[in-house]
Parts: sequence; C-alpha cells; structure tokens
Amino acid sequence: MSAFRFTATPIDGTALRAELIDTHCGGFTCFEGWVRDHNEGQQVLHLEYEAFEALGVREGERIVREACEKYGVTRVLCVHRLGDLQLREIAVWVGVAAAHRDEAFKACRYIIDEVKHRVPIWKKEHYVSGDSGWVNCERCAAHSHDHDHDHGHSPGHAHDHDHSSHG
Amino acid sequence: MSAPLHGLVLAGGRSTRMGHDKAALQYAGRSQLERAFALLEPLVTRCFVSVRDDQRNDPLRARYPQVVDAAPGLEGPAAGIVSALRAHPQAAWVVVACDLPFLDAGTLQHLIARRDPTRLATAFRSSHDALPEPLCAIYEPAALAALEQFISGGRNCPRKFLIQSATLLLEQPTAEALDNVNTPAELDQARSRMSAPTVAPRALNVQYFALLREQAGRREEVVTTGAATPRELFAELASRHHFTLAPEHLKVAVNSEFTDWSRPLSAGDHVVFIPPVAGG
Repeated sequence: MSAFRFTATPIDGTALRAELIDTHCGGFTCFEGWVRDHNEGQQVLHLEYEAFEALGVREGERIVREACEKYGVTRVLCVHRLGDLQLREIAVWVGVAAAHRDEAFKACRYIIDEVKHRVPIWKKEHYVSGDSGWVNCERCAAHSHDHDHDHGHSPGHAHDHDHSSHG
Repeated sequence: MSAPLHGLVLAGGRSTRMGHDKAALQYAGRSQLERAFALLEPLVTRCFVSVRDDQRNDPLRARYPQVVDAAPGLEGPAAGIVSALRAHPQAAWVVVACDLPFLDAGTLQHLIARRDPTRLATAFRSSHDALPEPLCAIYEPAALAALEQFISGGRNCPRKFLIQSATLLLEQPTAEALDNVNTPAELDQARSRMSAPTVAPRALNVQYFALLREQAGRREEVVTTGAATPRELFAELASRHHFTLAPEHLKVAVNSEFTDWSRPLSAGDHVVFIPPVAGG
C-alpha cells in the first residue's frame, strides 16, 4: 500500500501505527495535525479539505521517497483526510519508524513541512460568524485586486503562507 | 570576387535565463532551430548549426551539418563564429541566432543583397538601441584575423567586435524581425504576438479545485481553444469565469504532473490550475 494516501473517513492513528511496527526499528514518532477552533482571529466551526488526488498521491510519494533518501528511514506513512472535518478530528497523520530516534524525528518533520507546502490539498474554513474562506487563497485574491504582487509568490515555488489550523 | 556565403545557425547557448534549451522551443509546432535553419539554408551555399562539443549528439542538432566549438576557454556566440571562420576560412558566414522567432526571409535577403564584401562584416543597426546586431550578420573571411585578435585580448562580445570593426550597418526592413527571446515571459509575449493563430482550436479538459471550482461554478469542463500554453488558457478562462487569483499565485499541472506555464498544450490534455495549497 502506498506510503502516502488520502482518506475520506476518520483517521485511526493506532491502526496506522500498527502498519509500521518492525523488529528492525528501535523508535517510532508521529505527528498528528488536528482541527483547531481558531485561525487568524476567527473562530473556526468546521473544515473542508479537498485534493487533486492523482497529483497529490504522486507528490506525497515523492516527499516520502525524499525523506527516506535524506534520513535513511524505511518505515514511513502519511495519511491526509479529505471532506468535512469537525473540531478535534485528525486532518493529517505522519508516522516514521526507524532504527534510531534522531532520523525518525527529522524525517517526520521534513514530511509534514513538505506536505503542507507542496501537495495539492485545499482547506476551507467555516467560521462561527457564518463566513467561510479558502486558506491562503482569499488573501492572494485580495492582493490581486490591489495589484500588489510583491509578497513572494512566483510560479513554480511553494506557496509560502502558513496559516494552518494546527501545529 | 566575393567569398562564397555559408550559413551558421547559433544553437550552442546555455539558455540559462530560459531554463531549458532555447533551440528546442516551439512555435507553431516547429522548433526554433528547425525554423531558423529552414529560413537560412536556401539563401547560402552550405548551411551549418553551431554546437558545443557536448551537444553534437543531441537529437535536435545531430541531423544537421555542424560546426563544433573549437575555441577552448571561449564562451558564447563568439566561440561559434570564430570556430566557423577557422573551419572554412575561404567562406563568408551569415550568422543567425536560433532564438529570433520573428526573423523572416525578407530580412535575410535584405542583408545578403546589401552585403559589402570589402568590409569585415555587414550587419543591421538594432531598431531598439541603434547598435550593431551581431547575431544576424555576415562575417567576411577577413574578419577571422580581427576576431582572433579581439578574443586574444580576453573579450568575447561580438557586438563590441562589430562596433570597433569596419562594419557596414543597415537599417532593418522590419523593426521587430530581430527581437529575441531569452526568458519564459518573453517567450509568452512572442507566442501571443505571432499574428496568425499558432494553434488550431482543439478540445482540452480543464478540472477545477477549491476557490477556482467555486468561481467557475463547475468541477470540470471541456474547452475548445487555440490557447497554445497554460498561460494563454488561464488568461482565457480567467476572463470568462472572473477568477480572482492571478497566475503568479497558481501552479499548473498537465496530465497530473506539475509543469511550466509555457508548455505547449495538445488536444485532450488534462489541465489543472493549482491555487495556493493548505494541507495539514
């Protein structure tokens, strides 16, 4: 099964962890991204995640491969949730098992950072106020209207805003 | 009696600003190199492509007679020009850069008809800055000695060489004929400036996500368009659907792989414009 996948159903971290257990490994680390109740001064009610899955799986697998090559880890899994999510639910789960803890921590950090910047996943926040908005998109759109493009975006680069609902 | 005229298409550049091989860039389904060679070949006795040693077997270049750079330590077009003059010292050379998408046969015929073989070179005066254009010019056999001396002084700018040499300067019959294309932005401008539609309309499959999906009011559509590149396609769709995101905020994928905005599009391609992502 692919080391990067999407799921439309709630993420069960215990089950995913079981997929990585390996007698060659001396340590396991995991990152869970949770749905948080606030972002940028707005009270968040629930979230919607959408992905371009065909490209998302390819890019996610590339990230996992990079982490394996960079840090020499072998047991890696990343699962990203799609659809409608409520507060406290897990949005993304990254698990890494390795011979030693150092490479496990580093690989885990690398994967979550790269996934947030590179994988075509979009998040719509629904606020208590009744408003909603696509994270990182509305601000760019506002800037487009102001003809103010000098905040570091360029084609072919990661979108660098980081207004995540967690972590 | 003037020296026989050979043709040299310069295709040894490193295309650093474009980011990929300029000789292979396509207009109307033909590479720049093919186009330049086809323009020049009928006007000269023999026609060659100038290449670096490591480009000899490149499939795009391998099918043409070549002049391989043989000027160690010398970079850029001067290396190609001096290598051609050394390889065939009895010939005069019409030197043409491959990255002149607006070059036309009329301009080349004008240059050749007004050639003065008693000078070292015949060139056009740039319609932009009035300086000589070294990469659509004729170099006479006598230019070799002068060019050897010029480069032995550590210089390699062929424009400076023409400025200080006995060069006949002509006015360009068509002002934009020598506009060159060095960056992806210039390439897009050039493609959209081409007067005739470069691509016959064909069907493309466009899929939308997130904000673009909401603004387009649909998940996907089949678009019949002559847009040559994702950049042109996005411009067309943005005006139709009133997208608020500008292309500099987006990435583009064709057939489920990231690609660049200047990539040529083909019938049936699946195109996705990717808004700023927010996973995690």
